[in-house]
Amino acid sequence: MTKDAMQTALDPHAAVVSEASGGAATLLTTADGQPLARALARSSARARRRAFLLVAPLLLFVVITFVIPIGQMLHRSMYNAGFADNMPQVSAWFQDNPPGTPIDDTAWGALAADLKAAAENRTIGIVGTRINYDVPGTRSLFTSTGRKARDGFEPPYRDALLAADAKWDNPTLWRAMRSASSAYTANFYLAALDRTRDDEGSVTMVPERQQVYVMLFKRTLGLSLLITGMTFLLGFPIAHLLATLPMRKSNLLMILVLLPFWTSLLVRTTAWMVLLQQQGVLNDIFVWLGIVGPDGRLQMIYNRTGTIIAMTHILLPFMILPLYSVMRTINPSYVRAARSLGATSWTAFRRVYFPQTLPGLGAGALLVFILAVGYYITPALVGGSTGQLISNMIAMHMTETLNWSMAAALAALLLGGVLVLYWVYDRLVGIDNLKLG
Amino acid sequence: MALPTYASPLERIWHWTYIALCVAIFTFLIAPILVVIPLSFNAEPYFTFTAKMRSFDPEGYSLRWYDTLLTFGMARPDAPRDASWWADVWANARWINAAKNSVIIGIFSTILATVLGTLAALGLSRPEMPFRRVIMAVLISPMIVPIIITATGMFFFYSSACVDSTTTLGRLLAPVLSNNGCLANTYLGVILAHATLGIPFVIITVTATLIGFDQSLNRAAASLGANPRRVFFKVTMPLILPGVISGALFAFVTSFDEVVAVLFIAGPDQQTIPRQMWNGIREQISPAILAVATLLVVFSIALLTTVELLRRRGERLRGLTPA
Repeated sequence: MTKDAMQTALDPHAAVVSEASGGAATLLTTADGQPLARALARSSARARRRAFLLVAPLLLFVVITFVIPIGQMLHRSMYNAGFADNMPQVSAWFQDNPPGTPIDDTAWGALAADLKAAAENRTIGIVGTRINYDVPGTRSLFTSTGRKARDGFEPPYRDALLAADAKWDNPTLWRAMRSASSAYTANFYLAALDRTRDDEGSVTMVPERQQVYVMLFKRTLGLSLLITGMTFLLGFPIAHLLATLPMRKSNLLMILVLLPFWTSLLVRTTAWMVLLQQQGVLNDIFVWLGIVGPDGRLQMIYNRTGTIIAMTHILLPFMILPLYSVMRTINPSYVRAARSLGATSWTAFRRVYFPQTLPGLGAGALLVFILAVGYYITPALVGGSTGQLISNMIAMHMTETLNWSMAAALAALLLGGVLVLYWVYDRLVGIDNLKLG
Repeated sequence: MALPTYASPLERIWHWTYIALCVAIFTFLIAPILVVIPLSFNAEPYFTFTAKMRSFDPEGYSLRWYDTLLTFGMARPDAPRDASWWADVWANARWINAAKNSVIIGIFSTILATVLGTLAALGLSRPEMPFRRVIMAVLISPMIVPIIITATGMFFFYSSACVDSTTTLGRLLAPVLSNNGCLANTYLGVILAHATLGIPFVIITVTATLIGFDQSLNRAAASLGANPRRVFFKVTMPLILPGVISGALFAFVTSFDEVVAVLFIAGPDQQTIPRQMWNGIREQISPAILAVATLLVVFSIALLTTVELLRRRGERLRGLTPA
């Protein structure tokens, strides 16, 4: 090895330069004679693998307990085999004959046989429920015909079925059965947007008095925006105060922000019920102060007002904490400089101070909005009928109407919105910058 | 916050308005939590301050709602209060059983979330971690995805996550699964669900602790001959412990306060305190709820103090702020 090459070997920068300029210089090697580049690549691959192995158990855990369940739910939002599995013959007829084919005797025969089999297997209720989602009021048609079907129908099947119930001739019903005959369907998504298919199969709005979901989505968005705005109005002065006070005092006042943050959600919701109800503390104070008469007690809970007040209170710390951590870093001399250059205090605030708080404001507002859009517990307890959000509708379909595919479709739409916001949050703020107290 | 001497009268007025506004907002934040405490000692079944309470008449106050917490659900609540009465409380009282369930589920889900979460946070803080951003986003998502969606997904999953009880695996898992061999309506199911919900908090707090962590300490220990395990337990662990404990406390509180997943996937045997409160609020709301609320507020004050002390200790250990 020449002296020159030796120097190159000792100076890593020189090595990089010489390699980049065509690799004419001697290849660098490690002590045991391997090329340095390969050894480095190998060791960094090992380091990557080690880091990944530390994360792998948790990743696997979250995938199994969280990602797969949600994937399953999404699948259910477009898959419902309640009809297709239990009515195989008529489903097969629908597969073989394109839409518009007149309903012939084969179809009626298949329907009669399927109804008999479903009644015997006690799956007729499932079938009826599935069709009932698309054509309300048809569940009983299936169960009652099912009871008669146990004795078997005699051909001609059309007349036999119509004798059992004249509603079987309804084209809307046949259209619903055709769409249910394939287990994969977008109907639940259409329904979640207040849309349905008309007799020609094109998408239309449902009758006006049945439109609920779009209104609920709009209400959820509107209330979430309002609540985000309220937390900003209430959180900004507090964060500013905490950021400008000396550390000792602000740490003390910070407890007033953190205590609600750490207190059980149900406790806070209960507390608002106690404060806001008609015979509650706040109304008592109003009556005592003479603001309202004893008969004019305000209805502040079990309606939209209750939801707004309680959710603003619960989400306020999520606005204050990111605002505070950004405001802490703002150098006060900028405002002083603006003042000394002749700005009024309002101009100094508007042009100099406020723009510097925007990162914190963005982080807080996005977080509050994301959390508000999916809120369930508080609206369920204090919302009454006018303060319910989309989450409450999902819960209702899960626990009361048992229309799980509908719940899944609504959940999928909500999830899509939240994930977009989450992505924006990660882009703008970075998940690493999430702070908890 | 002091006013500069050159402040104009208008600015002075604004300054005091601002202070008054802040006081009002702090009242808004804290008053609802504080108001439940005196009301839980109400002698009457009302949610408002009675005339006797307002005049600080001792007769207006009582511990009857705290007593209800013990007696509700008991077999013989009126028996003399001897050892067998307390045994009855321990075995049958609804709130006591709910508290037992909450603690059991909370502890196990916290252990699971903390162990897995700390390991993952260690990996995520290494600069050479591949796909860091995506993986972090997935691991934090249980905190962001609306709880109703998570609960719905878990409901479907747990009802279908079943093991045939005649197989070897089924026999092995039988004690932790429900009678039909499924995860729904079991302690294990609730523990797994709560661990998932607690994990983001552990990741966030522990990675925050690791940001200020001086990696040269690990290298120093390794160069002095310690093996990786020894380095971890003797050097890394003591330094990040405050962060790990606050993460664990966050995970515990998450589990302790969680109601929606419990509503969806737990059976009647896994009633927790929030579940019991939920029932109480929806059905027959009584000041007994306020007694529970008061106890929970005291509990959260204790937790907040612990976390705050830990945070300061952690920052001191890592040399972020002077002692």
